[in-house]
Amino acid sequence: METPAAQLLPSRANALGTANIVGAALPFLTLFALGVTFPLFGGGYWGVIATRACVYWVLVSGLNLVVGFAGQIAIGWVALLTLGAYTTSVLTAGNVMAPLSPYLALAISAVFGAVFGLIVGLPALRLRTFYFAITTLGFATIVTQVALAWQSVTGGGVGIAGPIFPPPFASKWGFYYFCFGLAALCTWMTANIAASRFGRALTAIRDAEVAAEASGISKPALLTVVFLFSGAVGAVAGGLFASLQSYITPDAFTLDLSVLFFIAILIGGRGSILGPLLGTILLTVLPEFAAPLVAWSTFLYAVLLLVIVLAIPGGIADILDFKNRRPLETGRAIVPRPELLPRLLGAPSDAGALTLEQVVLSFGGVQAIDGLDLEIRLGQVHGLIGPNGSGKTTTLNVISGYYAQQRGAVRLNGIALPVLARHRRAQMRIARTFQTPRIVGAASVLENVMIGGTIDGEGTFVESLLSLPRHRRDETMLRDTATLALAAVGLERLAPVRADRLQHSELRFTEIARALMLRPAFLLLDEPAAGLSADEIARLGALVLGIARAGTGVLLVEHHADLIFDICHHITVLNLGKMLAAGTPAEIRSHREVVSAYLGG
Amino acid sequence: MVESIVLSGLAIGCIYALIGITYNVMFSASRVFSFTAGTLGMLGGVLGSLFIARMGLPVVVGFALALAGGAILGIVTEIVAVRPVLKSLDQHLYVLSTLALALIVQEFTAIEWGTDARPFPRLFDLARVNFDQQFWLPMLACVVVIVGLELLYRHTLVGHAFLAIAEDSFAARALGLPERGLRMASYALAGVIGALAGFAGGEMLLAFFGNAPMLTFYGFVPVALGGMGNNRGAVIAGLLLGLFQQAANFLVGGIFASVAVFTVFILVLLARPEGLAGASLPRRV
Repeated sequence: METPAAQLLPSRANALGTANIVGAALPFLTLFALGVTFPLFGGGYWGVIATRACVYWVLVSGLNLVVGFAGQIAIGWVALLTLGAYTTSVLTAGNVMAPLSPYLALAISAVFGAVFGLIVGLPALRLRTFYFAITTLGFATIVTQVALAWQSVTGGGVGIAGPIFPPPFASKWGFYYFCFGLAALCTWMTANIAASRFGRALTAIRDAEVAAEASGISKPALLTVVFLFSGAVGAVAGGLFASLQSYITPDAFTLDLSVLFFIAILIGGRGSILGPLLGTILLTVLPEFAAPLVAWSTFLYAVLLLVIVLAIPGGIADILDFKNRRPLETGRAIVPRPELLPRLLGAPSDAGALTLEQVVLSFGGVQAIDGLDLEIRLGQVHGLIGPNGSGKTTTLNVISGYYAQQRGAVRLNGIALPVLARHRRAQMRIARTFQTPRIVGAASVLENVMIGGTIDGEGTFVESLLSLPRHRRDETMLRDTATLALAAVGLERLAPVRADRLQHSELRFTEIARALMLRPAFLLLDEPAAGLSADEIARLGALVLGIARAGTGVLLVEHHADLIFDICHHITVLNLGKMLAAGTPAEIRSHREVVSAYLGG
Repeated sequence: MVESIVLSGLAIGCIYALIGITYNVMFSASRVFSFTAGTLGMLGGVLGSLFIARMGLPVVVGFALALAGGAILGIVTEIVAVRPVLKSLDQHLYVLSTLALALIVQEFTAIEWGTDARPFPRLFDLARVNFDQQFWLPMLACVVVIVGLELLYRHTLVGHAFLAIAEDSFAARALGLPERGLRMASYALAGVIGALAGFAGGEMLLAFFGNAPMLTFYGFVPVALGGMGNNRGAVIAGLLLGLFQQAANFLVGGIFASVAVFTVFILVLLARPEGLAGASLPRRV
């Protein structure tokens, strides 16, 4: 297989990659070594604390994907711990049925946890931040109440004995190694996800949801697997917790625990694995240093949360992010290389034309689009101009599925596009950019561009979890293609930089690179020249022309008349939702009404 | 039995409705839902018990001090947890900052006041069977707040300014309204209403730190179902919630009542995320 990036920047790309991987793995390896050798120097009570930190981390690692990556404010995840603890205990205690082996019980509670995680999590698809937070809080309360009331099974307020794992995990240190092993496994698995297209898609849902949709990412499908996974590991943590406590009552599962889990992630920093891991260790260990602190621990966590939110929203991960504190070179220029586009975009599409037929859309009494016909052909740049409020962006939003037209149809090669199915536009190779760039600020530029290629990966979530070959192949492919796309738009030097450090014009080109990852048959650009300098507009023009020459049909919504007249093959002028004029640039330039109403002169 | 279900249901419903109004008053001023709404209710009960039962102050003085405590927490919420994050584009930050503040107050109460539920003093010596003050006090408080808010919003200049901010804070600022001052006043008002809810419901709920998360949840149900910012919706939904909960309580037992309330809440929200009487979602692209 051809690996374009390697040809492009052979030595540097590889050297950077290796150094990055070693640098990123070092803290984890150090923690792993400390964990393995811990029994040598941490005696007595510290063994219990260390085991507890491992158990908590098993839960937090999964919750981290929900809170830290997907950005869903799940504050009641202690419900999963409770469920797992009781399921494992009841199944091994034999008060309801014949006792099972603790391993089997743990596995069954993982299944229960996965299902319950889905139930707790799914409202996130319909509800916004505060609402979702409140529902998870409700779940946490309900589960504890059920545990208290369902005496015949859970023992009610009296409680129930936790499971005891057979040797070699029966002793204190044996059980520690069991929990440590699972914690290490969870770290490895979630780190794999973080570095996969699924992890990037989650952060896109968190920070740039519309961009995620336009890249073909299905939020319901992705959140479903994440909630299943997070619920399963949460319940496993519950089983381990019950064994560690050796006896559980509903009192053990206070909201304080939920707060600890949640705050550990935010202190650690969203979108990081190492940060929340350190956060979990910190919060578990902190109160142990001084006995009087124990009563105040939740109070301290809350103070810490307030300080983090107000002062360092990025958390520990941000503090440790040294490489993004080096100043960027000033006076850097974006120099696109359109000659790379044919290799990036591949063989020209045979999709036919994208057409609008008599499309009508009104908001209340305002006719935003009033019977518009439009044909965008492959390999051509189609300009859409008109005064503010004439329906340009609305037209683009109808094509990309954000608005449903009330009458008329949008057809690709004669087949009507489904209305409002936003994430399916990507499968049809229709890509777009936004008026205000929608970027994941905390991710690198390269990662942002890779988000655009999410639907081209073949591996499943589980394959990524376990870093199986197909996952690694996907990653190599996406990385190479994204590097090529960045080179084509002229940003390859900024690939490893955090996207929120970029200038506005660079964000615009990053969005174009992300859209190109789809190898689009049609590319919809929403005012790409807004905020660009004259030089940058000229380069943008060359880039857009190059994209069209490689076979893509471009719809260009723009206010810069010079750019439109320079590069468009065909121009449609809108006014009040209706077509005022259509034709070649020369025809439009001499159109009397257009000149007097819009161009002036 | 029906009588006592209705009485206790309406009484507890009034408390939920008042906490719902507390949410709404803060929301109208800032477009922010604050986790401190339930904390204010809890604080009303605890402060009332502290001032009147423990310190032996006269009822009127204790009452005024409890409300003042609520107002202070309201203003602190605005300064510490709302104003710093209001300008941030990151919508989730206010959830975290208000949650943090709510937990700080709740934990402080748990440590300084204790984790046991303590009795709330009886305020009046009126003996009447079946219509005890623990029932009529929340109802009276609810009526006073509704009438008071209506008078404030309809008939005073400050009330009109509140409404203007709620409708469009940018336009209100452009007109020269002191947006920040009005927002702080709204938070103080919300603090008073929340504390009043807790004080009036003190006998029923006791002076207990654990009321904070309970009221935060049950007080939000009327807001979610009645539509955010909609006080009338909150009162109706709050009363229905109280009646439904008490009926389920008597008929099938407490735990299943909670499960039933929660299930209904989730199902209604999933069917109509904007509430039973709410507005549609804002433009996204």
